[in-house]
Amino acid sequence: MTIVDPKTERPDQADLDKAAGRPEDAGQWTAKIRNTAVDALPPQKLLPDRQPAYVASWIYVFGVTTIAALIVVIGTGFVLALFGPNWWHVSSTGLFVNSLHLWSVEIFMFAMVIHLWGKFFMAAWRGKRKATWITGVVSFLVSVGAAFTGYLSQQNFDSQWISTQAKDGINSTGAGALFNVTNFGQMLMWHIVLLPLCIVAIVGIHVLMVRLRGVVTPFPAKGETPGGEASAVATSGAEVQA
Amino acid sequence: MSADTHRKTRPFKVDRDAVVWHGRYEKYDLAKEFLISFVVVCILVAGLAVLFGSPDDTPVTVRSWSNSDAVGFATTAITELDGSSGTATYGPPYNLNGTTAGKLGPLNPAKWLGVHHPIDTANDYVLGPLGALANQPQVQAAVTEYKSASADQQATWTAAYEKAVADAKFTNDKLIVPAGDYGPVATLIAAETAMARSGALDGALLSSRQFYGTDYTKPLLFVADGDYFASLGSAQHLSGDQWGMMNETGQYPGQAWLWLYTLWYQVGPIGSSDNADIMVFSIMIGLTALLAILPFIPGLRSIPRWTRLYRLIWREHYKEVENGGGSGDSGSPPQASDEVRTPVTV
Repeated sequence: MTIVDPKTERPDQADLDKAAGRPEDAGQWTAKIRNTAVDALPPQKLLPDRQPAYVASWIYVFGVTTIAALIVVIGTGFVLALFGPNWWHVSSTGLFVNSLHLWSVEIFMFAMVIHLWGKFFMAAWRGKRKATWITGVVSFLVSVGAAFTGYLSQQNFDSQWISTQAKDGINSTGAGALFNVTNFGQMLMWHIVLLPLCIVAIVGIHVLMVRLRGVVTPFPAKGETPGGEASAVATSGAEVQA
Repeated sequence: MSADTHRKTRPFKVDRDAVVWHGRYEKYDLAKEFLISFVVVCILVAGLAVLFGSPDDTPVTVRSWSNSDAVGFATTAITELDGSSGTATYGPPYNLNGTTAGKLGPLNPAKWLGVHHPIDTANDYVLGPLGALANQPQVQAAVTEYKSASADQQATWTAAYEKAVADAKFTNDKLIVPAGDYGPVATLIAAETAMARSGALDGALLSSRQFYGTDYTKPLLFVADGDYFASLGSAQHLSGDQWGMMNETGQYPGQAWLWLYTLWYQVGPIGSSDNADIMVFSIMIGLTALLAILPFIPGLRSIPRWTRLYRLIWREHYKEVENGGGSGDSGSPPQASDEVRTPVTV
């Protein structure tokens, strides 16, 4: 008999183990991590094929578009990294790849800003989604830093100008002692190693949080009391995501 | 109603809480949406790259600068020698010669970490490179004479030269300065200009520490001290009063997302202040922190509800709910159109 977990609609590993005479070691760290992860984000929740009916606006597309553009940014950056920082100055192919990289960044930032403002006007932090909002804002900030160090790594007049202008602001905070915008080597490493890793990590956490909490529900409609049928108890335990 | 929500006994707050959705769920193919988005982004990126390319204006070198504006170069070089240039008087992290600029009330964070990228403009930009020139005994003698002179004597020579260089001309590959008592300074600046024009100074500024180098701090700051570099930036609409570094050479969008940062420099009392940089940075740090913790701030977190733009985003939902449609969030059972399955809780 196949035992199916009604939540995940998949055979329950613990039952399978039990049937095979392999008792689950519930105290094992690995088992704990797996069980916690699967409980929090079962496959249907991680990659759902249904969304609430209110998820019906173009604004929702910009989150996915941001990730799509990020992949293009990383892909084109990967090609630029393959041939080194001088390549695109001396090769028409390299210049074209650099152009792809530049415009993918512009689209990435554009989509991200629209996504951010869209979520702001939805008050998307409601219902235990504050951490999702904060990771989104941090993603934006790190992306600004990644783009900025990219501009500093171009090795052209723009890099010279931006670095000599930006140094004053950064030096005024004292950070210039550690983050030297006129040091090409340091900026390039931040741009191609440190900040991309941070972006991928934070965006990953952000997306998992979105899947964990789901898409925020609309504000109550006119005359509608929060909680619907639970409105009578809205002040004493309405069904809300706080 | 879940056990978890039963534990919540505080009142529902519309800007903090969200109702649990009991309404209809519809098919939504995330993977398909992603693939379509990816293809559209690729097409857009390729189209923009083909149409507009990307800017790659040649960087300014000490050589190109001194060949384009030899007198301007000599004018800057003398300020590096006498310690009056922008870099020489900058302060941390380059030296300790800075003024009080960059203060935020009693705080001067620029000085907290001290000098991390030391630059002594007289030695690093002029005397050091000239002293390393081979087979130029006249220049070596000038370097030795200048170094062995008293500070007052040096100041007298450089002040006289700095005044005279304003009327200098560059003809027949030579810097012609009106006659005067400049001691060895005239020889030094003439040799410095010749060295710069040959390209040797670019190399000397970079190779001061090791063969491989990626730190362009010294040559960049030297170039940025001159009016030539500033005039190129201004011609490309890049100066501070032209929204500065958020722009890019040519007609490219640049870092448009820095608009708010750059905006503050256009605000009179801030932009004209000696403390503009630290003021703008502080404002932006404050505003960024506010954006991040906005969900916790009563009033600010109500702005989305007050502006009512959410009704545009969710217009179909409100149309259905307010017209008495069946997809409201008030306890409607899930109605997957073609099959019955448990909805994903959101």
